[in-house]
This record gives sequence, C-alpha cells and structure tokens, in this order.
Amino acid sequence: MAATRMTLVAALNEALRSVLADDPRTLVMGEDVGRLGGVFRVTDGLQKDFGEGRVIDTPLAESGIVGTAIGLALRGYRPIVEIQFDGFVFPGYDQIVTQLAKMHARSRGRVRLPVVIRIPYGGGIGAVEHHSESPEALFAHVAGVRVMSPATPGDAYWMLREAVRCDDPVIFFEPKRRYYDKGEVDVDPAAGERQPPAHTARVVRPGSDLTLAAYGPMVRTCLDAAGVAAEEGRDLEVVDLRSISPVDFDTVERSVRRTGRLVVAHEAPVFFGAGAEIAAHVAEHCFYHLSAPVLRVGAYHTPYPPSRLEEEYLPGIDRVLDAVDQALAH
Amino acid sequence: MAARGGRGQLHHEPADRARPRRQARLLAGEGRGRGDGRAEHRRHPVSGDGIRLLTPDGERVPHPDYPSDAGPEELRALYRDMALARRVDAEGVTLQRQGELGLWPSLLGQEAAQVGSVRALREGDRVFPSYREHAVALGRGVDPLALMRLFRGVDHGAWDPEAHDFHLYTLVIGSQTLHATGYACGMAKDGADAAVIVYFGDGATSQGDVSEAFNFAAVWDAPVVFFCQNNQWAISEPNERQTRVPLHQRAQGFGFPGVRVDGNDVLAVQAVTRAALDHARSGRGPFLIEAFTYRMGAHTTSDDPSRYRDAAEVESWRAKDPLLRLERLLRREGAADDAFFAEVAVAGEALAARVREGVRAMASPAPEEMFDHVYAEAHTGVDRERAAFAAYQAAFAEEG
Repeated sequence: MAATRMTLVAALNEALRSVLADDPRTLVMGEDVGRLGGVFRVTDGLQKDFGEGRVIDTPLAESGIVGTAIGLALRGYRPIVEIQFDGFVFPGYDQIVTQLAKMHARSRGRVRLPVVIRIPYGGGIGAVEHHSESPEALFAHVAGVRVMSPATPGDAYWMLREAVRCDDPVIFFEPKRRYYDKGEVDVDPAAGERQPPAHTARVVRPGSDLTLAAYGPMVRTCLDAAGVAAEEGRDLEVVDLRSISPVDFDTVERSVRRTGRLVVAHEAPVFFGAGAEIAAHVAEHCFYHLSAPVLRVGAYHTPYPPSRLEEEYLPGIDRVLDAVDQALAH
Repeated sequence: MAARGGRGQLHHEPADRARPRRQARLLAGEGRGRGDGRAEHRRHPVSGDGIRLLTPDGERVPHPDYPSDAGPEELRALYRDMALARRVDAEGVTLQRQGELGLWPSLLGQEAAQVGSVRALREGDRVFPSYREHAVALGRGVDPLALMRLFRGVDHGAWDPEAHDFHLYTLVIGSQTLHATGYACGMAKDGADAAVIVYFGDGATSQGDVSEAFNFAAVWDAPVVFFCQNNQWAISEPNERQTRVPLHQRAQGFGFPGVRVDGNDVLAVQAVTRAALDHARSGRGPFLIEAFTYRMGAHTTSDDPSRYRDAAEVESWRAKDPLLRLERLLRREGAADDAFFAEVAVAGEALAARVREGVRAMASPAPEEMFDHVYAEAHTGVDRERAAFAAYQAAFAEEG
C-alpha cells in the first residue's frame, strides 16, 4: 500500500483506530475523547466506531483518569489515556510517578502496566497559561516510564502503535504546534517491519560540520535552521532523538564523532532539561572528538510567559543558528 | 438494602458533632440507641459505633438487614483468624524492636474489621489493601513472611497479586482506591461475577484520590466496596481534624450507599461486607463501609501515641476488644472451651516462631537485582547503568 499524506492529528487518529481494531483489550480514555473527539480531534469518530465501552469519556480528574487506567491495566486492559493539555498532567503526576512507574519493579516483574499517556505539549499556538508547557524532563527523570515524542506524522503513527504494544508505561508527548503539519504515513501493516524501533534516534538530515539534536516540535525548527545554514555554506546534521527515555546515545555519539560539534535544542527550559543529560553524556564519552563545547538551546528558566512573549521565550531558527555560530567559532 | 435509608444509615445524626468533642462521643454508653423510641432501634441497639450484631459482652443481637448465620465452626474459624493475626502482628512489633524489621504498622484492635471483611469475600473477588491489612493478607493466603520482607527492606512487598487476588500494599495514602475502581470497571467489562474491595483509613478520606475514586466508581457503577477502617487516628490527627461529617455519609453525596458498622464486631463486619459485595456484584454500583474501630497501638513502630492521646481513651476501647468479645460469645454458646483457646494459643506461638526464624534467615537481595524489572522490556538507559555497576563491582574483585 502506498504511503498517504496526512496531518499528524490524522496519523494519531489512524494509529488509535488500528490498535482499537487489532486488540479488544485496548481502551481510549480521557476528558472529551468521546463524542467531541478530543479538543484537538485526535480521537475523532472513534467512539462512534468502537462504542462507549472502548472510547471512554471520564470525569474531569487527571489523578482519577491515570489511577483507574492503572486498575484497568491490572485487569489486563491496555488503556490509552489522553491528558488534555501539558499543564493539566500534574494532578495525575502522583499516580504516574508513585504508582504507574514503580509497580513493575515493586512486584519483581509480576505486574505489567501497559498504559500509554498521551500529552499534547509545547508552545507556539498562542494559548493561555498551562497550555504550552514542555515537562518531558520531569518524566524522563522517573525510572519505570518511557518517554517519547514524535516529530512527523509518519513517526506519530508508528511510534504510537509501538507505545501501545509496549508492556511498559509510555508517556507520549505530542507536539501540538505540529498537529496540522502534513507528512507521509505508510499505514500498511507490513511497513511496520521497516520502521526504526521507537527507542532509537534517527539522522533526519546528514551533514558534516555540526550535529543538531532535537525531538518533537524542535526537529522541524532545526531542519529549517540547517536549511538556512546550508545557504551560508554550512553542512549541519540533524538527529531526531524521538525517545527521551531511553535516549539513543549510540546514534548521538556516532554523529558527534563525525562532526565534532553538538548543539542540543528543545522547547523546555535549558536548566535541568533533557539537553543537560545529553550534553553531559557527550562530554563524558566523546571528549576527544569534540572541537567545541556542547551547547544547549531552549527556553528560559521562567514560567511559560504570556503568549505575546512566547516568540522570545521559545528557541527559534535564529537562536539555533546563533548557537551553531558559537560552536563553529571554536 | 442500605440505600433504603433509615435502618441502613444509622447514628450519624448531626448531633454527633454538636456533642462535646471526641471524649464524649467515644465514651458514649455501650448499646445505647438513638433514643427515638422506634422499635427496631430498641431491638437493635446502636451507638455511634455502628451496626452491631454482637455486644461487647458477647451477646448476639439480630439485625433485619444484615443477618449472621455463623455457627460454632465458623465462629471458631473467625476467632482463630483474628488470634493468629494478632499474634503475627505482635511478632512484627517485637521483631522491629529487636532490629530485624525497619518498621511495622500494627493492626492491634482492627482484627475484627479485617477478618470479618475478608471472610465475606468469595473466590475471584479482588482485594486492594493499604499497608496495615495484615489479617486480610493472611485471609487471602499471603504468607506473613511476604509481608515481613517489605518491612525488613528485602523487597517492596512482592507477593503474587494474581495468586492471592490480593494486590500489593500501597503506602501512598488513598492511591489504591483508584486502582480498585479501575480494576472493578475491568471486571464489569469482562462480565465477571465478582467484586473488588479496597481498604483505606480515615486519614485517606482527606485525599483527593479517594473522592475521585468515589466519583468515578459512582459514575461508572463500578462493582467496588470501599472499606474504610476508621481507627480514629491518622498518626496524631484525630477524626475531627480530617472530617466534619461522619465518613460513611460521604457516599451519599456521590450517589451510592454508605453505612457505619461496629468495626470491633466481627459478625457485623462480615454481614455488612457480604451485603455490600452482593450489592456491587449485582451491578448496583459501589458501596462504602465505615468500620468504626480503634488503633490500639502506635501508627507504626516509629510513632509514640502517648504524645497525642489519652490513656483513658485507649482504655475505653480496650473494653470493646474484638477478640474478647468473640471469646465471650463462644463460651456463652458453648461453641468453644478452654482447650480450644489453648490450642489456638499454641498455634499462634508456632506461627510466631516460624515468622521469627524466617525473618532472621532472610538474606538481602543481590545488589545487581536493583536493575531487574525496572522495565518490562529492554531499556538502554538501565542497561548502561547495570553494565557500569558490574564493571565497578568487578574492579573490587580484581583487587581481591
């Protein structure tokens, strides 16, 4: 079957549709996921096709949503939970951190909790507060949950399918400002064989002068920055991490050993962010291959500002290129 | 059943609060009715303690909604379960004092609430405990040594939840009420003829998760029985600091029945729990039981209750001791004699000896086990750290 061009939202919807059809134990649950189809329409039409018993509108309570999903998973179901916006996950954070992440280890492997928690995240859409945050580092720091974030419709489709199939809990961050970007999605089941595993990073643009590592919404920003840099005669490599826990350090190290320079970019604040982990790892493991210090590009260590300021707060092409200039100046 | 109101929902009159505080309520006369003159309340004496089928003097009192048909054999079994649980619990305290356990949360005083409720369960029903449900665990066939492993720090309480239909202990207060609710929804989806019972304390009712669980369970008609052991104290915080309404009344606001039962009366607890489970299994949704009882010991071995509660209060509850009460009934009805009680005591000593030896023999886990089971599937981050740890350990081996 040929690949189809569709938006990231449509790709997620197709992925959910396929897992609901494949496995009667899968459930979609969350606020407004039923008749409304979710505030971003990711679950559009699913309740109509699979019924209220499979696509479940929940009371408005995130701890309750995550906690009951844990109970359903204990009973053998595979719940796929939607958190409406990034900033609303925190009422459910306790259940994720103290229960969902730890039960497998506590039970010495007897209990498996295949729960996926989908979170639309990140800024750039002019939203009010609590609707634009990037809390991925808070989850990556917690052992027992996997954290991933697709950047393209194709990855959204295949990575979500893989997240649902995974026997571990997965926090699935969806870059909401890329929701309506279009891309190729090969929904042929046989195409799954050709997909890289979700825990692996991918070189999405090869280059020789410097490595740009990013994930989620910043992958496109970095590709755009690489395009501009190319006009200036600089050949940048872009690595899409895809997975934030675990991080595919092998792919990052291979790239840095070749280019000698690394800039890590994400929307989240730089301070204690995912970039710090990657920079530290590369400094430790690629020290003799580095021609410049590893630089990080991200947001400032402030609460997410009013949206009229988010253009200044979020790293854009210029901030990425500024870091690239600094690294290349060494 | 209790949803009819009236008899099922007793003795939680607002006057409870109007009375001068705790002392007065706790010392309220035994077997005292509401004094409203209604015949059933004279026949079925109730106090603030809740539905009661057995007086502290060991006398049966029938209740039309919650019958007990426990014959001599069942009474002896109930007594044995309670006595053995009390003995294991005492051994837990002793082992902690001897440095063998890091901590032990004593169930002393709550034996009837736990044994009565667990003996109301049927095979296939599922239990979600908090962390003091030792008698419930024993009732589900969990070895006491499995509980001890948690409090010794050998593991995090890793018995097989499937084998015993008894989930892991949960130390974060109230979290398990949501797991129970979700599990119950799964049971209902599966069409199982079964129900879930979830245990929590009076302090837990202050947590948002418990209110969320009540609401989710009500909205989804989940077959779950919420079993609150109101032992009067959340560490040093008395009921008055947790709630302004009697806890069983909470259910009404969420749209399902709730009753208070005398938690020191094993017959009443069993009868009420059985009825609540039937209610849940029949598709009528959740049910809340408030077992009105008392924590005779400390919150845990790290706690010193003499700093916050009166000896007189403890003594007033000693008079309602659940084991003594059942012993009086057994003797009154000629269902047990001295030989029986002596035999149970001997069995308790043997069990305690096995627990003591078992705990002392417990080895610490191998260090590299901390990397096992973090994830169900391979995770390169854990793999890296496991390898780094192994290399570090190997360096010592080489040094000899």
